[in-house]
Amino acid sequence: MSVPSGVVVVGASAAGLATAEALRRKGYRGEVSVVGAEPHLPYDRPPLSKQVLSGAWAPERARLRTEEALAGLRAEFVLGDPAVALDAAARTVRTASGRVLGGDAVVVATGLRARRLPGQDGLSGVHVLRTLDDALALRAELRESVRLVVAGEGVLGAEIAATARGLGAEVTMAGPQPAPLAAQLGPMVADLLAGLHAERGVALRLGTGVTGLTGQDGRVTGVRLGTGEVLPADVVVVAIGAEPATGWLAGSGLRVADGVVCDSRCRAAEGVYAVGDVARWEHATLGSLRLENRTNAVEQALAVADNILGAERHYSPVPYFWTDQFDARIHVYGLPSAAAEVSVVEGDPAGRRFVALYREDGRVTGVLGWNMPKQARLRRQELVEALTPAL
Amino acid sequence: MKVTVDEEKCCGAGQCVLLAPDVFDQREDDGIVVLLDAAPSEELHATVREAAAVCPAAAIDVDESA
Ligand SMILES: Cc1cc2nc3c(=O)[nH]c(=O)nc-3n(C[C@H](O)[C@H](O)[C@H](O)COP(=O)(O)OP(=O)(O)OC[C@H]3O[C@@H](n4cnc5c(N)ncnc54)[C@H](O)[C@@H]3O)c2cc1C
Ligand code: SF4
Repeated sequence: MSVPSGVVVVGASAAGLATAEALRRKGYRGEVSVVGAEPHLPYDRPPLSKQVLSGAWAPERARLRTEEALAGLRAEFVLGDPAVALDAAARTVRTASGRVLGGDAVVVATGLRARRLPGQDGLSGVHVLRTLDDALALRAELRESVRLVVAGEGVLGAEIAATARGLGAEVTMAGPQPAPLAAQLGPMVADLLAGLHAERGVALRLGTGVTGLTGQDGRVTGVRLGTGEVLPADVVVVAIGAEPATGWLAGSGLRVADGVVCDSRCRAAEGVYAVGDVARWEHATLGSLRLENRTNAVEQALAVADNILGAERHYSPVPYFWTDQFDARIHVYGLPSAAAEVSVVEGDPAGRRFVALYREDGRVTGVLGWNMPKQARLRRQELVEALTPAL
Repeated sequence: MKVTVDEEKCCGAGQCVLLAPDVFDQREDDGIVVLLDAAPSEELHATVREAAAVCPAAAIDVDESA
């Protein structure tokens, strides 16, 4: 493939920005435009449930780059103007305001949209957390003693519960799993997380799904559980997962199946790529994969930039994410699961400082460090060996 | 090239160390980044730029003019 004369990136966050930056670092001199639905300059999402929600950081601190650095990119940022259609064959993108941007390459980096509960949109006091505006709206309601129910016991729900508790809110976490992150990290670590949350005063109402909300005069009053019970609430956060933001791709000619379906080089169609949370691609050893984490957004962007410039790079990373909850900083490599056998290889879970290995069928599938980041990273090599395709 | 790190932003991911072990390390106790070489030599520049890009906490700043 020849070097494209112009690249249109849709999505102005971690993955989209990293793609534009990587193209420039690799010496690409053609036109680059970056289209973003939000009016803000690119900012980072992980602090939204941590330092921004707690108020430790002013929102500006979550900015990914200074204005100066962005100007140095020589890219056109079209912000506050979401893409509404893509013609994959012609490689043109149309925005809500009616602009049409064309390029030889188009990069889909539109991330995720938070899932909602039925009836949520008509009620005040109910929040999701995906954007900076979401974080500021939630923070404005989190006062001492306010009754907050977090619907969702995944990584986002658990982080929000921890941060809100730190602000003095009366927090209840509800969700169908027996303990926070149980499906993702397995019972051993999930039980430790449950213990940590309980010890810090988060009420855990786990093991039953959330089915809906109750309200009065347009304001939320509670969260209804599968058992019929209602947990009273002044404020509710719905953290029940998110879906790839692919609605705007209807009629584009791209295949969408829980993400934009790509080959092993992150290519969705000739000259069209997907990157970050929205991308589903073929990993050499892990098969069809879509990752929702911050490191993947950038690592995949580097691969996509290479491939736009004519490389034939297959993208097969070691998945990695971290999460902060109270004083626990947890680093996770690979894909642990509830089915894996877990063994502690360093430290001591009772002392809340350890590294655990996850194994399935005798192969290492995950490495988890709990307040042992460096030691966990050193163990990552065992995973690299297990993830390298057999020749 | 002048490299600076923001310890307060760093989440201890160690992605920088994986890429450029001559320039970055991590503290043993909490994994926070340790800058080994604030003015890395020319042949390391490309890797250091990549490490700054990959850092999931946007904690590494590279000043090219220095
Ligand atoms: C609160 C929170 C905490 C997190 N914490 C962690 C963590 O601790 N560790 C970790 O590894 N990961 C964490 N993540 C995940 C991480 O932030 C994501 O993996 C990362 O942001 C993905 O980047 P992305 O660019 O692919 O998608 P996004 O960051 O979702 O960006 C997509 C962008 O595209 C825009 N967009 C959507 N539709 C359109 C359209 N039609 N036209 C134009 N633009 C559009 C959106 O407005 C958005 O700005 C967290 C996420 C959240 C929300
Ligand atoms: S990659 Fe970034 S967050 Fe990770 S240790 Fe290095 S500086 Fe810290």
